[in-house]
Amino acid sequence: MEEAHGKGPRYGMTIDLDKCTGCATCMVACAAENNVTVWPDESDKQRNVAWMRLYKITNGKPFPHTEVSYFPRPCMQCEHHTPCVSVCPATATRLDPNTGIVSQIYTRCIGCRYCIAACPYHARNFNWYDGYFPKGKGLDKYLSPEVSPRMRGVVEKCTFCHHRLMRAKEKAYAEGRRELEEGEYITACAEACPAQAITFGDLNNPNHKVSKLAKSPRAFRLLERLGTEPKVYYLSSKEWVRKLADNYRPEELQPVTKAG
Amino acid sequence: MDSVLIPEGVKRCSPGKFFLWTLPWLGLLGWGLVSAFLCLYKGLNQTNMTNYFAFALWIVFDLAVIALGAGAFFTGFLTYIIGKKELKDIINSAVIIGFICYSGAVAMLGIDIGQPLRGWFIFWHANVHSMLTEVSFCITTYLGVLLIEYIPIILENRKIEEIRELRLFGNNLHEIMAVFAATGTFLSFFHQGSLGGLFGVMYARPFAARGGFYIWPWTFFLFILSAIAAGPSFTILCTKLVEKITRKKLVPDKAFQTLAKISGWLLALYMVLKIADTIGWAYGIVPKAGLTFMDFYKEGPYGVWLVIAEIGIFGIVPAIILLIPKARQTEGWLIAGCLMNCTGIVLNRFVFTVVTLAIPVMPFDKFVSYLPTWQEWGISMAVIGYGFLLYSLSYRYLPIFPKEKELNTA
Repeated sequence: MEEAHGKGPRYGMTIDLDKCTGCATCMVACAAENNVTVWPDESDKQRNVAWMRLYKITNGKPFPHTEVSYFPRPCMQCEHHTPCVSVCPATATRLDPNTGIVSQIYTRCIGCRYCIAACPYHARNFNWYDGYFPKGKGLDKYLSPEVSPRMRGVVEKCTFCHHRLMRAKEKAYAEGRRELEEGEYITACAEACPAQAITFGDLNNPNHKVSKLAKSPRAFRLLERLGTEPKVYYLSSKEWVRKLADNYRPEELQPVTKAG
Repeated sequence: MDSVLIPEGVKRCSPGKFFLWTLPWLGLLGWGLVSAFLCLYKGLNQTNMTNYFAFALWIVFDLAVIALGAGAFFTGFLTYIIGKKELKDIINSAVIIGFICYSGAVAMLGIDIGQPLRGWFIFWHANVHSMLTEVSFCITTYLGVLLIEYIPIILENRKIEEIRELRLFGNNLHEIMAVFAATGTFLSFFHQGSLGGLFGVMYARPFAARGGFYIWPWTFFLFILSAIAAGPSFTILCTKLVEKITRKKLVPDKAFQTLAKISGWLLALYMVLKIADTIGWAYGIVPKAGLTFMDFYKEGPYGVWLVIAEIGIFGIVPAIILLIPKARQTEGWLIAGCLMNCTGIVLNRFVFTVVTLAIPVMPFDKFVSYLPTWQEWGISMAVIGYGFLLYSLSYRYLPIFPKEKELNTA
């Protein structure tokens, strides 16, 4: 198992929850981009496949003090001792030390689902059924040739649209460049978000907007205290939102001191 | 009809009666085969497992039978390595039970994985950091060892023994059984431990996560200890059940008493360490994750009663029963103690598998419930059916109890 180190890029994301309207465009864009299948019963949310999933949260107060926010949840691409990578018996998932992206090798996955059990974010989905792209209804025409569809009995997850990184790298190579420009490689969800709540880039590059936003006092990560070191950061000034991102004992939560 | 195959000097029921006895077990096996076919043909959507309950009934069953089947390696260890001669009267029974448990578990795992044809990838693309890799390696090789231990028992069949080469082969295997007992002990320690490690290393699941020694979380050691505490009790229970069904005395009391005493001491030691582990977890891992002990026991049916049941009723109580000589010498108390001991270990495996996954880690996530489908029950019950069948056949045609003739001559 490789721990990601080094000075290379560390691709990451910030999601501004105060901007997110919960429109779920990110989910749709992600599914279309990554050939995510649909199954006969998509209302079964415990089984359906969603690399990006939207959670609705409320402050629990009665009207008129009710507040609602949304947590878009892609794979957190955990940097430290990635929970799913260390447990996979067949080395079917890997943390790329050069990009920090956690990949899934579908043709090697044996479907034991240990990774699903180990991931606290529910970012991994098992293919309980055969992929469903009915030809008569034209769904097959939307399939992207850049992303392999998954077979029944394997686990799949968000890859930070890894094929887009490959595409951007090929373009840069053709143009004789070794480095990617900011914005040259972004995920489908970041591109599609109408509120521009999602910012994507290299967390190791101080010039990238994402690395600045990740250092904002409004920034926090999901279940940060478990020590998984996610590369997805959330932004919010609302204390109740920040509180719902992790488990806190009553005395522990520090309020936001200044808006970022 | 089959009298030439039945061991000399012992009585067995008529072939017709035996056939009727096998019918319910064949029924369970048939139920399991239909379920297995559906799961392999249509996929794991035939179960009620979800992305929340990635592990469910089958894993609980696997862990339980593997722990209970530990009687085989541990009795082998006590018989051949430590030299507890009286256990030679029960070792065959222990080996057969162990073989049933392990082969049943491996067969279940073959259906449980989403891509059964890729099962060998664990060996080919092995991730040496995964506890599941260690489990797979050790269970597979140990199943081989169990087969080697089972073969000499099969070769003792009256008809097979008439073939000189096979008889000599069987005798020679008997001679070197200590080597396999030692190998089995080594392998079993590692896979019982790794099965515990499986949960202890899930550090992002605070309910299961544990600190530990070097790369081994405390659950690694606790699973070994609980398995060798419960395994002998399960061997006693099964053998007592055979005695009840056949209405015969098959094993001298001394063998039962030795196993019960060892089981009791190990359970007592396990309880001390389990309580220490629970306290350490409640004051270490839990507050570090921002939670309190009671946060884990407020969802659905999984209340604090689980802790009381596992540690108190099915842990401390059977340990006391098995440790008091007068109690374990009374058959009723002996059976009650062994039964409670085994129940406690099954409950422990259930808690680590199902409750770990049932409790949401993200504060805004919801508690979801799970109930197995008839296909999941079918495959689990098939292991029981298969066990009864294999044991019945072994009992009928093989001299598995060396003292049977002596104990039933009066």
